[in-house]
Amino acid sequence: MPGSSIIEVKGLNMWYGNFQALRNISLTIPRHQVTAVIGPSGCGKSTFLRCFNRMNDLIPGARVAGQVLFDGQDIYAPGVDPTEIRSRVGMVFQKPNPFPKSIFDNVAFGLRINGYQGNLAEAVESSLRRAALWDEVKDLLHKSALALSGGQQQRLCIARAIAIEPAVILMDEPCSALDPVATLKIEDLMRSLAEDYTIIIVTHNMQQAARVSDTTAFMTMEEDRAGIVVEYGPTSELFANPKDKRTEDYITGRFG
Amino acid sequence: MEMRTAFHKRLREIQNDILAMGSMVEKAIMRSIEALKNRDLEMAHRIIAEDQKINEKRFDIEEKCIQLIATQQPMASDLRSIICILNIITELERIGDYAEGIAKIVIMIGDEPPLKPLIDVPRMAEKTASMLHRSLEAFVTCDTETARKVVSEDNEVDALYDQVFRELISFMVEDPKTITRATRLIWVAHNLERSADRVTNICERVVYFVTGKMEEIGASKY
Repeated sequence: MPGSSIIEVKGLNMWYGNFQALRNISLTIPRHQVTAVIGPSGCGKSTFLRCFNRMNDLIPGARVAGQVLFDGQDIYAPGVDPTEIRSRVGMVFQKPNPFPKSIFDNVAFGLRINGYQGNLAEAVESSLRRAALWDEVKDLLHKSALALSGGQQQRLCIARAIAIEPAVILMDEPCSALDPVATLKIEDLMRSLAEDYTIIIVTHNMQQAARVSDTTAFMTMEEDRAGIVVEYGPTSELFANPKDKRTEDYITGRFG
Repeated sequence: MEMRTAFHKRLREIQNDILAMGSMVEKAIMRSIEALKNRDLEMAHRIIAEDQKINEKRFDIEEKCIQLIATQQPMASDLRSIICILNIITELERIGDYAEGIAKIVIMIGDEPPLKPLIDVPRMAEKTASMLHRSLEAFVTCDTETARKVVSEDNEVDALYDQVFRELISFMVEDPKTITRATRLIWVAHNLERSADRVTNICERVVYFVTGKMEEIGASKY
């Protein structure tokens, strides 16, 4: 149900070898909302984002302490299959990364792997529609995805992510390689996707966070460069009247 | 490390513009009462002409604020500061109009003999001008304490207005021939009373700028 929380982060600490990348993060992510994570370069935004679907597992030496509860279940508990987590928590990256396959096959990829039994064409169309791409590609479904523009490729990656019906979509700087018009389209899309999915977006672009998100987390790093969450709250509040001086200094550009 | 020096420099320039506009308005109020005391019609005409400059200044500042919003995406206290400035200039412009109104009354009065020596009306003007001055100082120094104090002083202006009103009514009751002259003086006092109320609005905006909270600080008697 909307309004409730979907993910609860409790005392999360994260290390790459001896280097502590995240320190003592606790917060809850509201369901069916857009949550933005902002902060200076190197503060651990992307590392934090990757904790939500155990993408950091793939990095040698990465270690996590604390809990990330997805609908009450700790995704770092022993015996949890990270692949299963990733099918429920999808991800879209900075640079559009469609497979060198047709548009149709890109969207159908996850469905096929999961042995989808329903009508594949319908499922592909539905995902492309929800990603606001259908009208532009409906006659090109069997053309290469690489022929699409950057903005279209990114929406295709979103369609590919939502095809397997995840509950959460993580977006790591999804617009940084796009022009302003394509960016606004993706932002618009995020708002409509939030009706059915929970979105967590990492962005360097504060204005984008302000435009698109309901809730914002501001991260920065401590002396030893470990990332912390300084302030977390409603976006309108955080950008109009931040509580913490570090947030104020960052968003007004008095500290870079 | 300061990252947006050019933007913050422009914001400070606008704050200086506000002080300049405030001083134009303050001067207009004081001069309008001088003109009344001295029956100085020439000065009254000058005040009316100079109100045009106050109006232009307001549009000039508003234009600069719009440009900063459109091009710089101000956030947090920067955003609140610009919103506060947009509100302050509206109040200043209106106070300027009240001074212009007094100048017009001075012209209406012309060389009619004075009804009584002016004592409380100039006091109201001094008080109002001083409140205005300090409200803008409170803005540039982010001083909510002063802002709240200035609001509390509005009572004094209200009390003076009461006194002027009662005194002039008694003149009118005693001798109906004074009604026209007394009414005009009531208008003058009324304009000053309204000006002080506008100053309290400025103070409320200063508190919003500093704290992020919108609140009505003191309700005026009038």
